[in-house]
Amino acid sequence: MPNQIDTVAAAVGRIILGKEHQIRLALACLLARGHLLIEDIPGVGKTTLAHALASSLGLGFQRIQFTSDMLPADILGVSVYNRDTGGFQFHPGPVFTQVVLADEVNRATPKAQSALLEAMEEQQVTIEGETRRLPDPFFVIATQNPSYLIGTFPLPESQLDRFLMRIELGYPDSDAERALLQGEDRRDLLTQLKPCMESRTLIELQRAAQQVYTAGALLDYVQALVGHTRRSVEFVHGLSPRAALAVLHAARAWALMEDRNHVLPEDVQAVLPGVVGHRLALAGETGRVNGADVAEQLIKQVPIP
Amino acid sequence: MYGCSTGMDPRLNLRSTLWLTGALLLLAAPHVDRLPWWIITLALMLVAWRVYLGKMRFELPRKWLLLAIVAGTVTGVYLTYRTIFGRDAGIALLMVMLALKLLEARTRRDGMLLCFLGYFLVITNFLHSQTIPTALYMLACVWLITAGMVHLQHGHSDAGYRVPLRAAGLMLAQSAPLMLVLFLFFPRVQGPLWGLPHDAFSAVSGLSESMSPGSFTNLTLSDAVAFRVEFKEQAPPPRDLYWRGPVMWDFDGYSWSAPPYQYASQLRYDAQLPAIEYSVTLEPHNDRWLLALDLPARVPPGAIPTSDFQLRSAAPVTTRVRYDMQSFLKVEFGRAESRQAMRRALRLPAGFNPRTAEFARALRKKFADDRALMNAVLAMFRDEAYFYTLSPPQLGDHPVDDFLFGTRRGFCEYYASAFAVLMRAAGIPARIVTGYLGGELNPLGNYMIVRQSDAHAWTEVWFPDAGWVRVDPTAAVSPLRVESGIAAALPRTDPLPLLVRGDYPWLRQLRLTWDSVANSWNQWVLGYNPERQRSLMTRIGIDRSTWESLAFLLVIATLTVTVILFLLMARRSRAATDPVKRAYLLFCRKLAGAGLPRAPSEGPAAYAARLAAARPDLQTAVAAITRLYIVLRYGVAPGPAARREFEERVRHFSAATR
Repeated sequence: MPNQIDTVAAAVGRIILGKEHQIRLALACLLARGHLLIEDIPGVGKTTLAHALASSLGLGFQRIQFTSDMLPADILGVSVYNRDTGGFQFHPGPVFTQVVLADEVNRATPKAQSALLEAMEEQQVTIEGETRRLPDPFFVIATQNPSYLIGTFPLPESQLDRFLMRIELGYPDSDAERALLQGEDRRDLLTQLKPCMESRTLIELQRAAQQVYTAGALLDYVQALVGHTRRSVEFVHGLSPRAALAVLHAARAWALMEDRNHVLPEDVQAVLPGVVGHRLALAGETGRVNGADVAEQLIKQVPIP
Repeated sequence: MYGCSTGMDPRLNLRSTLWLTGALLLLAAPHVDRLPWWIITLALMLVAWRVYLGKMRFELPRKWLLLAIVAGTVTGVYLTYRTIFGRDAGIALLMVMLALKLLEARTRRDGMLLCFLGYFLVITNFLHSQTIPTALYMLACVWLITAGMVHLQHGHSDAGYRVPLRAAGLMLAQSAPLMLVLFLFFPRVQGPLWGLPHDAFSAVSGLSESMSPGSFTNLTLSDAVAFRVEFKEQAPPPRDLYWRGPVMWDFDGYSWSAPPYQYASQLRYDAQLPAIEYSVTLEPHNDRWLLALDLPARVPPGAIPTSDFQLRSAAPVTTRVRYDMQSFLKVEFGRAESRQAMRRALRLPAGFNPRTAEFARALRKKFADDRALMNAVLAMFRDEAYFYTLSPPQLGDHPVDDFLFGTRRGFCEYYASAFAVLMRAAGIPARIVTGYLGGELNPLGNYMIVRQSDAHAWTEVWFPDAGWVRVDPTAAVSPLRVESGIAAALPRTDPLPLLVRGDYPWLRQLRLTWDSVANSWNQWVLGYNPERQRSLMTRIGIDRSTWESLAFLLVIATLTVTVILFLLMARRSRAATDPVKRAYLLFCRKLAGAGLPRAPSEGPAAYAARLAAARPDLQTAVAAITRLYIVLRYGVAPGPAARREFEERVRHFSAATR
């Protein structure tokens, strides 16, 4: 089974060049049934990555471009009067799909943001008193621009917390960039991309990821990491139990991708920057601090028990 | 005084300011009753002003205003103390300057400066008091200040002080062993490390060089410790515990005083019994006399004996001193007194106490023998209605007359004075000896505590065939005073300090325990002088403690302590209870020995990968061990066979290059 994930990773890797680690992190996030936030400056391939992931996994895909004048109905859907039947008919919004690409999520107002974020949490939406289930699997891949850019409404911590991982793509290295400049148009490549997996397989893989064994020694390590953030004066506040659970889920998915039935500290270390980067803030720092760097520092400071 | 505020330095927030203010107020609190009221008021007003400005987010005052306050304070301190140097004036200035610094504290750097000034304030408190409570209090203050400093370093306004307090406590605990090493081995200088100013002990009460009715009453009300004694062997019975202090010859009709001292080159007398050996730790009393059991048999270094067997220190006793002594309890001395001394011992002022003089003449007619006369007087004190009390009535112009024939109530100095006057009037040389009588044996620590309340006065009478003989008229009135101490002898209505009374056994026990702790503190912490250091060095096998050997020892001990601390901290990560983990750590240590240590945060697989790159020759062995370790520690259900194989492989593993 994990071979299929490798196939997906390879397929996506042909479109997003030189970002194997980020692609694997994104896949791990999906396997752990978590939502993914991709944060970076415009033009480094955030949307392309999200698109490629959805296509290669063979999932239904809708894209919502968030703007500042967006309303919740633009996401969730709206009831329209039908003259033939004489009643209201619900027209589902773009959120009713398996993979939602919420592009530039922090450009919308908090009201519109929260409409999507509720759907993420409950995997259902309630419109005009009627609760509607969203399909399964259901992912949100959101992209956002760094909060220091103009025209952004930063997501509050409580909403950031709903994303299992936040990854940053960064600039490609020079070889990858040269390949990108020489190669075909990415959009054409995307349309050519064939699904590598059925959605049934994906659900099985998600179930398998939940079964990956975590020994007591590994839980000790996760607790040591979380405990350190709570004791140390370097952080504004420590990691929550939900964050600890998120680390564990992501590490299980990572271990599955590594074709192992148990989690190693290395798995935890691999996913940690993605999982806790957006949940930790350094104390006393006002400038930009890269969350992933904070996590790297955390890994170095905590010995493996 | 100027805190230059650079643009880069973060502002000091209100929370830090309040914390530092609180800590500094606690630090300064013991100084409150030692400084003039206006200094306290000024400092408090400045602090209140700062807190107000901080709360209201107002601008802090301008520099010229602060400078004006500085100038005013310096003038005021000069007017109060006639100097701006010295202990008290210095502390007064420091207090106001500290408050002013607080008033102009804007940035984090100012906050740090306040912390350091706080540490300095800690030292000034020890200039006044060096007791255990002071030390504990100051320790707590140091903890608070250090926590404030930690908080400043991680300064973000919303975080509380729980974490900084923990960190500061940990830092203090970690520095304790090093402090101990420095304390024990840093070369000592004689006396306190910093010279105490002259006014350090100006308010200490104790015996004095003159005695008038009522002068002992004040002493009796004080339960302060006068000195402590350690006996080499069994302590003598209470009736022999006369601690000899100032001797008084001259009587002016009202009070007794000591004549100019006649120093003797040595103590001369005929010893009759083996000497009692003991050592005295005398509390500072700002005068020169040293106390010794009647009668001193040796002169401690730095002291001079007088012809009437007092011991006088060459310099006033302003710090706690400890000296070894020998005494003879029963000894005949002073038979060969000079005529001048005899004249002095008989002199009485004319025109005072006529009835006493008449009574003495009548006695003289009745008893030809000196001893018979003396016994008759003592019998009179014993049999007639004389009372021993701390609150005697007022005496008139002829105090001895009034006392002997009127009030008949008095304290030791009344009886000693009346007795000596009677003896002199009857033609028998007599003098007054002051000192202490008795003492309380502390079974914890096996030493004796003598308090100011044990102060006593008695007389010495001269007989041609026996020399000076100690006669205690108080003993005739109140034998209990001599046998059982002052608390038993006084009526229960008389005021006495609670601690001197023996009413509550548990209180007594508590007090003795506390005194024993305080005594050890005095002896080993405050009294840790070159001599004590030498004896400690000898005990651990270094005979000659020169500066060099001490410095060497200091370095060695510091290094040892540091290494032990480091190992303890490193051990915490190593103290694994899981045998698999222990075996793996052994494996890591073997590799560390080969120059490839595992980083504490390095996972087993990552380590193995790194090892495979660095030492391809070990790759197979490392891979096998790592695979087994991963299965055993993180795997689903490892079998016992895997564990045996793992431990076997680790045992046989060698990182040596083949």
